[in-house]
Parts: sequence; C-alpha cells; structure tokens
Amino acid sequence: MTWIDILILLVRCLVLALAAATLFAYFTLFERRLLAKFQHRVGPNRAGYIPLPGGKKLFGGWLQPAADAVKLFLKEDVVPAMADKWVYIMAPGFAVVPALIIWVAIPLGTWPDGLGGNWLHYAPMDVGVLYLLAVTSIGVYGIAVAGWASNNKYSMIGGVRASAQVISYELALGLAILAVVMQNSTFRTEEIVISQGTMWNIVPQFLGFIIFLVASTAEVVRSPFDLVEAEQELVGGYNTEYGSMKFALFFMSEYIKLIAMNAIAVTLFLGGGNFPGIDTLVAAIKTSNGDTIAYAVQGLLTLGAFLLKTTALSFLSVWVRASVPRVRYDQLMHLGWKILLPMGLFNVVLTAVFGVVFPADSIIAKVIMGIVGLLVVVIVSATATPKHAKRGVTMVNTPAGN
Amino acid sequence: MDVLLFGIPAVVAIIGAIAMLLSRNAVHSALYLLLNFAAISVLYLLLQAPFLFATQLIVYAGAIIVLFLFVVMLLGAERDEDTPHANPWQNRGALVGGVLLLVELCLLYVYNPGTIPVAVDMDNAFAAPAEVAKALFTTHLLPFEIASFVLLTALIGVVVLHQRRS
Repeated sequence: MTWIDILILLVRCLVLALAAATLFAYFTLFERRLLAKFQHRVGPNRAGYIPLPGGKKLFGGWLQPAADAVKLFLKEDVVPAMADKWVYIMAPGFAVVPALIIWVAIPLGTWPDGLGGNWLHYAPMDVGVLYLLAVTSIGVYGIAVAGWASNNKYSMIGGVRASAQVISYELALGLAILAVVMQNSTFRTEEIVISQGTMWNIVPQFLGFIIFLVASTAEVVRSPFDLVEAEQELVGGYNTEYGSMKFALFFMSEYIKLIAMNAIAVTLFLGGGNFPGIDTLVAAIKTSNGDTIAYAVQGLLTLGAFLLKTTALSFLSVWVRASVPRVRYDQLMHLGWKILLPMGLFNVVLTAVFGVVFPADSIIAKVIMGIVGLLVVVIVSATATPKHAKRGVTMVNTPAGN
Repeated sequence: MDVLLFGIPAVVAIIGAIAMLLSRNAVHSALYLLLNFAAISVLYLLLQAPFLFATQLIVYAGAIIVLFLFVVMLLGAERDEDTPHANPWQNRGALVGGVLLLVELCLLYVYNPGTIPVAVDMDNAFAAPAEVAKALFTTHLLPFEIASFVLLTALIGVVVLHQRRS
C-alpha cells in the first residue's frame, strides 16, 4: 500500500462521512415536512426556495437544515457543574462514531473500479454481516454514557432504559439477520446482494423482514420505541443536559443510525442496488461505449436504486412515527422477549427446514416460505396482546415484564 | 508500518487495562475495559482472525460491558467506598504476583520466542468463519455442546427464579 492509496482511502472516507451528514440533514427536512402533511400542517417551508413566475415557490424550505445547523453552532456550549466532565464531553463522540463507521460494510451500489474492487463498497470483508451487528450493538454506549455523565436523574433513567432496550432487541435483530445469512449461506454483504438476483429476500424471509423492521426501530430507539427520550416523562431523556453542537451530534447519530438501519434492510431484504434489467443495460453499454462508461452508468444507476429503496423505507419510518403511539415499558419488554424472540427462533427453524428439504434455488419453496411467514405475522399480530393491556390502568404498580 | 499497526493497539490495550484497575469510579473502569476490548479486537484483526474480531466486539463490547454499565447505573454503585482493604495480605500478594510476572517476562526474553515453532500454519483462511464453524462442529463438537448445555442451564435457572417470585 503506497501513500497514494492511503490518500485515496482518506478522501473516500471523508466523502462517505460528509454524504452521511448531508443525508441526515435532509432526512430531518423530509421528516418534518412529511409529519406536517400527516398532521394537516404545512411544516418548514420558508427558508430557501426557487421563485417561479407568477409568485409560486419551488422547493420551499430546502435551506432549513443549513439554518438549523447554523443555529446549533452559535448556541452557547454549557457543561453542567456536577457532570463528569470528560465522559460528558466524549459521549456525543461515542454516539456518532458507530453511526458513521457502520456504512463501510454496506454495499451502496456496484461501481467496479476495473481491478476487482467496488468504489461504492468501502470494506468488503468476510464477516460483513457480523460487523454490522457488532457496530449496532456498540451504538448504545453514546446514550447510556451520556445519561450517566450528565448527573441528572432524568438523563440517567433515559440511559438505563436505553441499555436495557438495546440488549433486549439485539437478540431478535440478530436472529432475523441470521435467517438471511442461512438463506444466502454467506456472511458477505455483497454476496447477499448478488444472490438476490432472481428473487429478493423479502419473499422467502418475509417473517424475518417484519422482525427486522420492528427490532431495528427499537434498536435505534425511535418512535414508537422512544422511551429513552420520552418528553412527557423524562424531559428529553439522555440528552436533557446537552446543548449546542453536542446535542446536534446526538441528533445526528440517531438519524444516521436510522438511515443506516434502513440501508441494511435494503441490502439484506430488498436486493441492494440491483433492479431487474440492470445487467442487460450494462452489457449493452459495455459493447457500445466501452468499460469505463458502462461501469460509471452502472455505479450511478445502482446507487440511485439503493437510495430510492432506502428513501421508501425511511418514508415508512416517518409514517410509523406519525401513526403509532409510544409503547409502555412493560409492553416494550413483552414485545421484545415474548413475541419477537420466539418469532425469530421460528423463522430460523423454518429457514433451516426449507433449506434442507428443498433444493437451494427452488422458486416455489421460497414463495411457500413467504406465505408461511405472512401467516405467522397475521396470526401473531391478531392474537398476541400484552397481558396487562386487558386490565388497563391496574398494571401501574406491577414490575415490568411480568 | 507493521510495528506501528501492532504497537498502537497493543499500547492502547495495556493503557486501558491499567487505567481500568486504577480508576476509582466503576463507570470509568467499565469504559476503560471497553477501550481494552476494542484494542484487543483490532489485534485479532491483525492476526487475520476477522471472525474473532467480530465476536469480540459483539459479545464483550456489545453485550457484557453494556450489562456492567446497566447494573452499575441501576444500583448507583459507581463510587468506590473508601474502606481499607479487607484482606491484609492483598498488597503483599500483589507484590509477589508482580515479581513473578517480571521473572516470566525475563525468561521469555531469554528463551527467544522467535525460535519456538508456531502452533498453527497461518494462511489467509485459517480463521475464516467457515473454518471456525468446521472446527466447532467436527473436531471440537463435544466442548461446544457442553458449553451450550451450561448456557441452557443458566437460561432455565432464570426462568425458574422468575416463576418462584410470582
């Protein structure tokens, strides 16, 4: 490895980090505008627009993220007197770093560099899926440590809740991912994408997809599982004592983690950056315009498809946030341990049985698996209610999870 | 370059371990332990064992230390109580242990480890996930099953304790 290679690597990493930050900035605008639409409001539409003849305004609000960033930069940066100073200062870093480094294992598309590599996949490794799990599980430190270091009881409860919640949902998340690994018999994310060429994993792994969606929402402590920062009970949860850019970093890590989770769902279940007909198109361009242009077109198209799918899932996240009320703590634990975990185990058994009984590429077997998964989801969501939900308010004094 | 790649995580791991022992705050200790584990996982990566790297991060950094932090934060037991050591022999024992370690290091230096034959033939795939799985499910099946049996026992224990309370 020469110095030039290291320089190229550094530039690529910088581009990735900036791209993730930009995605975050515009996801906040996307979310605020959509939430406003769901609630019959207008949303932020003033900062920045393209004037059209006739007094119409195009893209209203597209500078809102920049305005927010400037506002947060200019705020006073306070460290509480009773806080554990160094841990308090480091906690936002703990939160942001996992949210950024998780992206290196996700193939964002296919742009071959002609030497067997892929410009859009930063770190192809033979434990790619395990790396994703490892980094997700480290993500909780930012929240837990921030809650402790603030020396504030509300922050503390937020941090404790976060660590319990993340440990609980990691299991279901891991099982959902394990079934995908069994289905495609590889740990490599890029091979999982390639092996979905004939059929996306969402069909055979429908059950796994649903488990992944719910568990990943809980893993990034997002509504309806946002007990960690429940405003009505905990003021702001773990980030109550944070202001200025430190708060912005928490905000950023939360949203980048959410987008990364959606990107992982796209990679594992929705075929990554591939879409029908891409291979024919690339082959046609290769014969007419040469390799370099063909690779560039392939890279841009697959990246576009990947971002489109991720945006679709992100829309789903916003939709869920706008429609589902926050769960109670006992419901959270009930859902994680008594519903999602058994469902995940069942899915692993189902995948194993189908993998042994049917030949690997049997379309019919995959469709049957998908139908079984759909049935399980329907039956479970129709029958499984938390025990205490029927008793209403009488549960207040019982310990969580009983 | 090689020395640098090995040296940085090694030094970080040692600093993390020492700071963990010396810090008087349980949460700081847990964070230093996290630093130590992270550095060791990088060392696994340098030894061409990516699977161990990932499991080290998932199991130790991702689950065990989170549990430590959870318990310490829940009990509010992060402050060290300023009581003298309960066992008067503790300091002297630590001294003897340190001397033994020093002797061992000197012996290692005398018997140059470069001349000791390597235990495994390291090629690129010797610690790949597939190889680890093959070893676990063929050669070392019995220890693997015993370990899972022990874990199952713990799991059943939790269920039994939970039942008795309600």
